Amino acid sequence: MTTDTAVRLRNAAVKVGDRLLWHDVNVDVAAGQFVAILGPNGVGKSTLVKAVLGLIPLAAGEAFVLGEPAGTLNHQVGYLPQRRSFDSTLRVRGIDIVRLGLDGDRFGLPLPWGAKNREAGRRVREVIERVDATSYSMRPVGEVSGGEQQRLLIAQALVRRPRLLILDEPLDSLDLPNQGAISALIRRVCVDEGVTVLMVAHDVNPILPYLDQVIYLAGGGAVCGTPTEVITSPTLTALYNTPIEVLHTSDGQLVVVGQPEAPSHHGDRHASQARR
Amino acid sequence: MTNSAAWSWNLLDDVRGMLSYPFMVNAFRGGTIVAVVAGVVGWFMVLRKQTFAGHTLSVAAFPGAAAATLLGISATIGYFGFCLGAALVIAVASRPTRARGFSAESAVVGTVQALVLASGYLFASLYSGLLNGLNNQLFGFTFGITNDQVVTLGLAAIAVLATMAIVGRPLFFASIDSDVAAARGVGVRVVGVVFLLLLGAAAAEATQITGALLVFALLVMPAAIAQRLTARPIASIALAVAIGVTATWAGLTGAYYTSYPSGFCITSVAFAGFVLASAAKRSGGAKA
Repeated sequence: MTTDTAVRLRNAAVKVGDRLLWHDVNVDVAAGQFVAILGPNGVGKSTLVKAVLGLIPLAAGEAFVLGEPAGTLNHQVGYLPQRRSFDSTLRVRGIDIVRLGLDGDRFGLPLPWGAKNREAGRRVREVIERVDATSYSMRPVGEVSGGEQQRLLIAQALVRRPRLLILDEPLDSLDLPNQGAISALIRRVCVDEGVTVLMVAHDVNPILPYLDQVIYLAGGGAVCGTPTEVITSPTLTALYNTPIEVLHTSDGQLVVVGQPEAPSHHGDRHASQARR
Repeated sequence: MTNSAAWSWNLLDDVRGMLSYPFMVNAFRGGTIVAVVAGVVGWFMVLRKQTFAGHTLSVAAFPGAAAATLLGISATIGYFGFCLGAALVIAVASRPTRARGFSAESAVVGTVQALVLASGYLFASLYSGLLNGLNNQLFGFTFGITNDQVVTLGLAAIAVLATMAIVGRPLFFASIDSDVAAARGVGVRVVGVVFLLLLGAAAAEATQITGALLVFALLVMPAAIAQRLTARPIASIALAVAIGVTATWAGLTGAYYTSYPSGFCITSVAFAGFVLASAAKRSGGAKA
């Protein structure tokens, strides 16, 4: 096994309760790639991410992350869970949120003097600059917009220089311009810092121009490949086991028609989290 | 309760006169210790939105003290025994929820609070001579603090603050962002349980100064004021402690010179601070 493979799943299956959520999933994510996990609601996209993090056990198969069993190298993984925005009454600065990503898991108090603390402060400011969040990083995080919070959270996930960045629906509840801006930022981080990005997405279109690969989960299984290979009528028809049509709009967007679930609205699950 | 000393506007003489009474010295010692602990622990309680749990844990001090009186043992044992016990019950009975907020916990907390109040009522009615003491348990008895109690308060405070220094950072992380903290290897559940115990200890301490019903004067108000005034965590905690200590000193002084109950005076000073801070924030806008 080479470490050039950032994430590798072999015949993986996950059970939720007694139900087999998905099974026989094989995934290979090469280091440095920007990969999206796509699929309808409730198919187990977030569960796949948690399996990669080793937070939930596999019912069958194997999961390797950065060449080791899933969960063993989590300090080299930056994780941004599905979000819920911060409570608007939370009176903690953005810079403090980012700092937690660096050493928030350590016991004891940080010494305010000393080179280590200065270095930590420097790194935090650097990564905030990286995501263009400097201008609002000193404001209470509950008072900045959803897109701004998302940038700060990406900074938090990046602050320890992870080799793998896992983002669970980071575009959820953002408006279209912000979806585009955050997608471009993630691509920039992926290329410039050589970080592998694994991103759960509800809608492929904002990230389509930037993607190297997609993992499409549906019908209890998964298909991997480039977007043009996977998001096609024959592939998705086979995966869903029901007729699916992929339409191409004139501006290059993809529309998947015929999914066996009702058209999903973001507001259904995250209505309370919608932000300005 | 207090003698009716006259306020002279000669501050030095006033303070000197007040502190010539050992019971006032002990009130200030105990009040200061409790204000520091309650400021720190209360800051995290407000951050975690666990004020309901804090309320219940302080109410648990009431049956604790009543049971101790009934059994003829030290009230301190009753306070800490019941508050820490209630904290453990809440910690064990409430599973962590996926959602932010502590909705599953609040049902458990409410149940515990009802039971705790009922047992306090039972103990009080079993011991008919308790009526006078009941008032103290509910509303504080600052001017009866003994030297031994001050020492106990101090030792408990050291234990609470030392534990807080160790778990403070992961606790802060888990309070703000439990999913990410868990992924980073923070034992979110463990620090949550540790915090409930610290909260129980802080409530047991604060009860002895303000009484079970007015604990929030020291546990919630300073933290709420501080979090309104600054978004810097360290500064905010320090400010909460300073506000708590100031309110305690001003309240005790007010109680000494007016003969109004000390719990009322401390609470009123803290509340005035809360109103001022809210007004200042509203007019000055939100600054970091």
